[in-house]
Amino acid sequence: MAAEVAAVVEEVRRGFESGRTRAYEWREAQIRAIARMIAEREGEITTALRDDLAKPEIESYLHEVSMAKSSCMFALKELKNWVKPEKVKSSITTYPSTAEIVSEPLGVVLVISAWNYPFLLSIDPIVGAVAAGNAVVLKPSELAPATSSLFAKILPEYVDNSCIKVVEGAVPETTALLEQEWDKIFYTGNGKVARIVMAAAAKHLTPVVLELGGKSPVVVDSNIDLDVAAKRIVVGKWGCNNGQACIAPDYIVTTKSFAPQLVDALKTTLEKFYGKDPLASKDLSRIVNFNHFNRLTSLLDDEGISDKIVYGGQRDEKGLKIAPTLLLNVPNDSPILKDEIFGPLLPIVTVDEVEDSFNIIKSKTKPLAAYLFTKNKKLEEEFVKNISSGGMLINDIALHLSNPYLPFGGVGESGTGSYHGKFSFDAFSHKKAVLSRGFGGEARARYPPYTPQKQRILRGLIDGSIISLLLALFGFPRD
Amino acid sequence: MAKEGAKGEALRGSYGAGRTRSYEWRVAQLKGIVKMAEEREKDIVDALYADLAKPETESYLHEISLIKSSCKFALKGLKNWMKPEKVSSSITTFPSTALVVPEPLGVVLIMSAWNYPFILSLDPLIGAIAAGNAAVLKPSEIAPATSSLLAKLLPEYLDNSCIKVVEGAVPETTALLEQKWDKIFYTGNGKVGRIVMAAAAKHLTPVVLELGGKSPVIVDCNVDLKVAVKRIAVGKWGCNNGQACIAPDYIITTKSFAPKLVDALKFCLEKFYGKDPLESKDISRIVNSNHFNRLSNLLDDKLVADKIVHGGQRDEKHLKIAPTLLLDVPDDALIMKEEIFGPLLPIITVDKVEESFGIINSRTKPLAAYLFTKNKKLEEAFVRSVSAGGLLINDVALHLANPHLPFGGVQESGTGSYHGKFSFDAFSHKKAVLSRGFGGEASARYPPYTPQKQKILRGLLNGSFLALILALIGWPRD
Repeated sequence: MAAEVAAVVEEVRRGFESGRTRAYEWREAQIRAIARMIAEREGEITTALRDDLAKPEIESYLHEVSMAKSSCMFALKELKNWVKPEKVKSSITTYPSTAEIVSEPLGVVLVISAWNYPFLLSIDPIVGAVAAGNAVVLKPSELAPATSSLFAKILPEYVDNSCIKVVEGAVPETTALLEQEWDKIFYTGNGKVARIVMAAAAKHLTPVVLELGGKSPVVVDSNIDLDVAAKRIVVGKWGCNNGQACIAPDYIVTTKSFAPQLVDALKTTLEKFYGKDPLASKDLSRIVNFNHFNRLTSLLDDEGISDKIVYGGQRDEKGLKIAPTLLLNVPNDSPILKDEIFGPLLPIVTVDEVEDSFNIIKSKTKPLAAYLFTKNKKLEEEFVKNISSGGMLINDIALHLSNPYLPFGGVGESGTGSYHGKFSFDAFSHKKAVLSRGFGGEARARYPPYTPQKQRILRGLIDGSIISLLLALFGFPRD
Repeated sequence: MAKEGAKGEALRGSYGAGRTRSYEWRVAQLKGIVKMAEEREKDIVDALYADLAKPETESYLHEISLIKSSCKFALKGLKNWMKPEKVSSSITTFPSTALVVPEPLGVVLIMSAWNYPFILSLDPLIGAIAAGNAAVLKPSEIAPATSSLLAKLLPEYLDNSCIKVVEGAVPETTALLEQKWDKIFYTGNGKVGRIVMAAAAKHLTPVVLELGGKSPVIVDCNVDLKVAVKRIAVGKWGCNNGQACIAPDYIITTKSFAPKLVDALKFCLEKFYGKDPLESKDISRIVNSNHFNRLSNLLDDKLVADKIVHGGQRDEKHLKIAPTLLLDVPDDALIMKEEIFGPLLPIITVDKVEESFGIINSRTKPLAAYLFTKNKKLEEAFVRSVSAGGLLINDVALHLANPHLPFGGVQESGTGSYHGKFSFDAFSHKKAVLSRGFGGEASARYPPYTPQKQKILRGLLNGSFLALILALIGWPRD
């Protein structure tokens, strides 16, 4: 199997070395083909997502199909500009010379995607890789098998198979892939596997983008429109794959005095959205598999917190369903406040003053997203200044990832590197510096033998500014 | 090695206290570096001479004056660099702002190299400070005079609670690499680069690796030969005697042009360094016996014995090797396998100059690639076909002095880049911030999902971001 994987990579490398991926026309054709695939096969995509996650059709459409298409359209619109060399300043030289930054593909890249948005998280990085002129191997997550085999089946029907391939599999195949030499690895998933990916990449000095997760906090101030805030929090949590999303609200921090109102508003909203028996609602994804179902129920069954459940808690093991669950004032050392929850449980932590929330957030590793609901501009400024996270959103949830002008990525434990929009193109490019001179402009002071006189000339010229230094090197004073 | 851990801890405390965040602190540190470079120039030049017999002109030009320029460029740009960058948010119809806010990563580790031990320590440090980080600097033990000078001077000029120097060799470096850093910036070779990245992987620490490679120089016949050889010679032997990451490693030229090129190089070398270059005061020595032996072995390789056309003299006691030219070395000679990093310059020949591209592309990507030609078409083909960290046409090494160009490698020559604002960026996290109000609610966005809501969303979403976000944030109004 390692030999098969090596053969696939060999083939893709030959495809890259043929030079075909560099042409603007090739890149455009691939992205158009992917857009066409999304449009023509939407039914199958939605079905696969339903099989893998019981994902509601609206979510599949809104968060996966339509976002993947937008990603393609944005790239198609901008690609001509992205591929152009960027001229940079060179006025500091007195002679004709040009300085520019040329974007080039890195070569052959590996994209490893996750199970929770298995379609989008595969397509989105591929669009960036292809826009930048690379050849790609995609390894979709085996925990979303229907989507994985759909990719393996339909991608070859639309894209250039000699340069874009899908390799399905689990740990053995992934390990074999990681042993190959790549020019970049783009991984979406968790911190444990990310360390394995980066360690494997280190053997070949392969640069990586790691899109991970963390405990994304939601700070809720009392000075808000509670009705709207509750709706946005609920749809951002349970309306995003039932909380199984890297930027889903993980826990709420609010004041002791405001908590009762917040909890009531959340309960009202939850019932409005999912009815009195949420296990029966068709508008919630299920839990992806037994592994995660057990992980989540263990969090709920933890001794310290069973009496902290203020809403929900129902489960259906056979259907892999857990109802939207709110917990209030769980102890600080509960497992549910330690690792990323990635599910439909939402603990609410209370503090005396809302600003106390900052220290709580800072006591944990930097999350992928951090949220604040407030009308208080000063509090908003303090939040932005003091909290470090991949990204931040004030007064809404998750939307920032759909703005293609904002880089999407983590920091610290939540990841390294970013993408979306032009950031995707940049993530898969090498920015080559190019300086071009003529033969004019010779400065004798630059050359040995070094005499005191030459030194004086150079020193006289160089007052520590780049201008003087370069003038001295390039030819002033003239000989 | 607990002291390395303790230093990291102490820095985390100072960083956590917020000292490094203010514009004033950053400016004060940068000004401190300028002052240090100005007041202690003689000490620095002496240390570089002790470590490398580096000529004073080189120490001044390549290390001291470049550091001062780097600080001044940062001081000039810093206010702008620190400003949040507004990005497009016109796609929303309601008041909302989208910003990219640069923030420091935290506590960073800088490991520098022995060949430009002063600038390669301070240049990354400038970026780290400008971006608001605390830093530990681990200078190379192979340049011990500069290392201990930095350990002595930095505390005199900079804020010791946030910027520390840790001296040492493999054990100290290993202990440092076991700590958790928010970024590691390493300059050196690929073997250690792998060790650094593997250590960083344990903590998911992002890295910049400034490495090297075999930087080729293609010399076309259509050149101003006199100027070209001067630039090649000063770019090779005038840069720490070839011990520089972007020094010309080997030349490729046509069989027909090679004799002229070799003659011109010989002539130029004699003009620069005299008839007995081992006596010249204008060339750095080889850094230590280890490297002296390594380079001697390249010359003693049976496969190149009869290929030396100039130079080859050595002085083991003083660690000197004369500027040496080799012509038509075989591909499997040792000297064509690894980065030379010394005063030996092999010249290989091809029939047509364009064949050089294939030769370069058959090797790992170098940090720099050079081409001398007046032929614009050849230049364009070169830029298009050859991948390297950076390219320079008709000169050597200068591109690193343009602060508007990113300086860094690709593939085996490294990852990440710096200089100018790229240094600031290398040590920053670019935090995306989107801010909304409470207006603009779209009920189509919320469960329960009805066919009617689906129709609304589909009707709006023709695959454009604009429509998607309008649908999500509130049009049509309810």
